Amino acid sequence: MDQTRSTLDLFNNVDLTTELRLGLPGSDGKPENVKSSLSGNKRTSSEMGSSSCTDENESRYSPPTKEQVVGWPPVRSYRKNILQVKKTESEMGSGMYVKVSMDGAPYLRKLDLKMYQSYEELIKGLQVMFKCVIGLYSEREGYNGSQHVPTYEDKDGDWMLVGDVPWEMFISSCKRLRIMKSCEARGLGEFV
Amino acid sequence: MGYSFPEEVLEHVFSFISLHTDRNAVSLVCKSWYEIERWCRRRIFIGNCYAVSPGIVIRRFPEVRSVELKGKPHFADFNLVPDGWGGYFYPWICEMARAYPWLEEIRLKRMVITDESLELISKSFKNFKVLVLSSCEGFSIDGLAAIAANCRNLRELDLRESEVEDLSGHWLSHFPDSCTSLQSLNMSCLLSEVSFSALVRLIARSPNLKTLRLNRAVPLEKLSTLLHRAPQLVELGTGAYSAEIRQDLLSNLTEAFAKCKELEGLSGFWDVVPFYLPAFYSVCSRLTSLNLSYATIQSPDVTKIITQCPNLQRLSVLDYIEDTGLDALSLSCKELRELRVFPSDPFVADANVALTEQGLVSVSEGCSKLQSVLYFCRQMSNSALTTIAKNRPNLTCFRLCILEPRAPDYQTLEPLDHGFGAIVDHCKQLQRLSLSGLLTDRVFEYIGNRAKKLEMLSIAFAGDSDLGLHFVLSGCESLRKLEIRDCPFGDKALLANVSKLETMRSLWMSSCSVSLGACKWLSQKMPRLNVEVIDEQGDLDSRPDSCHVEKLYVYRTVAGPRLDMPSFVRTMNQNPAYRR
Repeated sequence: MDQTRSTLDLFNNVDLTTELRLGLPGSDGKPENVKSSLSGNKRTSSEMGSSSCTDENESRYSPPTKEQVVGWPPVRSYRKNILQVKKTESEMGSGMYVKVSMDGAPYLRKLDLKMYQSYEELIKGLQVMFKCVIGLYSEREGYNGSQHVPTYEDKDGDWMLVGDVPWEMFISSCKRLRIMKSCEARGLGEFV
Repeated sequence: MGYSFPEEVLEHVFSFISLHTDRNAVSLVCKSWYEIERWCRRRIFIGNCYAVSPGIVIRRFPEVRSVELKGKPHFADFNLVPDGWGGYFYPWICEMARAYPWLEEIRLKRMVITDESLELISKSFKNFKVLVLSSCEGFSIDGLAAIAANCRNLRELDLRESEVEDLSGHWLSHFPDSCTSLQSLNMSCLLSEVSFSALVRLIARSPNLKTLRLNRAVPLEKLSTLLHRAPQLVELGTGAYSAEIRQDLLSNLTEAFAKCKELEGLSGFWDVVPFYLPAFYSVCSRLTSLNLSYATIQSPDVTKIITQCPNLQRLSVLDYIEDTGLDALSLSCKELRELRVFPSDPFVADANVALTEQGLVSVSEGCSKLQSVLYFCRQMSNSALTTIAKNRPNLTCFRLCILEPRAPDYQTLEPLDHGFGAIVDHCKQLQRLSLSGLLTDRVFEYIGNRAKKLEMLSIAFAGDSDLGLHFVLSGCESLRKLEIRDCPFGDKALLANVSKLETMRSLWMSSCSVSLGACKWLSQKMPRLNVEVIDEQGDLDSRPDSCHVEKLYVYRTVAGPRLDMPSFVRTMNQNPAYRR
């Protein structure tokens, strides 16, 4: 209690009119107030040094990296969230990884669709990745004759045969790939 | 003196006086005017819900029809105010439900409102008409359902930027078929889908609907259906503005927009697919307000739109507009009053877009009616700021955010003191100012000396010493709200200007150099201020008085220390009865 009172008394006795000089930094030569540093580095105000109580306070004034500064820049959360979503979407656009499963294989793979310019290249890539034979696509027959049939899940959640739609449309609607065994894929071929 | 106007005459005269400041002035003239005025005041505005208690308000103003309340400090928008701080509406609605049976309008900003409160609103006021919840939280779709179901004469339901717990529920269908009074509906903040059929039916039976702001979940394919039902709309907020590319969809949409002859304001535009932008070109010539701040479209597309909007007064846009787009804006939109440019990628140091200070300079040159600016950018110079100031002395609001804290004039590497000094020097009507960049105490001297009409000032990462704060507190005569973060301002300036704090609504200081002892002293000296220390480290009692406080919020009040403080907020009032 006594300590509190004497600390508070300190404020009563301070002559604030002389403490706060109306001259500006450097105006009378006395360096009581600090010059601003152009690079925005840590301040060395004597006040700060004497009244900080933990090291934490001093580190508060080192130039913060963007990750550390809460609430800066002053952009509201819902706005940040929207832009974050957009960013992720566009990032995905620049590297379109989709999961690829093959019936019978123990684990799935991931494939960047942007690596390929055409169905031919994609099929070749799948064949290499899964060491299987898919063969050639024909509009009428699908992948008839091969043991494996490439299918994909589109935006609407439907399973489609790879190769029916133009490449660009395929890229924008393909969510994942599945290489089916041709015996199971017979149903798909019938609708072609 | 026996001579006076009859009360009824005075009351009639007062009914023409609507501004709160004027009403307050009227009430100070004499005791009888005070009495007459308080009985006929219908609208009250409380800028800080803790400055007064519901009881005091109700005792003084018994016949209120419209209440507007604000809760959390502005920096809560940027996550600087911890959850649970306060701003609860419940105590207010409890008393108002009893005291104001004829209440018609409630407008809240940055307050916490529960479903229980919403239900109480919906059941307590027979003639309830307007509910605006701006940046509020604490409620869910259930609360909205209660409002929809019970407010027979609802005219306006506006949830702007609130956080609503969206448990899936079809609250729109709770509007009874007999409800035809709706004029304004803003549900843009809702995350989940609404029942489209309920929405269509609601719109179809609301002939007076002027404002409709949809949420992102309403797909573009359905927009034309809605527009056909409401061609009288004045303000429209679209949902997601994307769909698969289909010519027929574009034609339908174009036709629907063309039927909306009253449309003056557009917003929404999430996920824009540029193919569909021409659909609303037919309304551009009439547009006074356009919010494209969610539209991640590039400069050419933005430019194409705004060059067709000669009557545009308010524009919000992302920095994708770039300097070239702002040049076009300055040439095409001579009626522009307000410009807001938001950052598309705020956390990346390098510029992702070609937007610089030059864009703002162009707009300041070309748009002579420009009054209000919010501008995020990566570089600024004193000469640009000076040019802007000279071009636009009619600015009333200037908020500049240079993304990098303490960034200097990029040309001279000097502080931006002179630039901002020019702003406050030329713009004599400036009411609101937000600073950024490298700034010394000098800028505060300029502000203190010149910014005589300044009411709200936001400061971040600026200044050298207490002198800076002292200049502001001792110089800015009209200052009402001061918010400061990460500045080396400490005890001296605060304690040299204690009486100033009672003339202001509030002061916020976080990550500054104010000591606990100074807070205690201030609180003792000024009993009509609440000096609240926010400290999440939890051991405030055992800290020495010399310790810096994390966050300080000081505000004037006639209600005494508040009783709803969480454990991390302490009032510095020494009376132990007030400590939780």
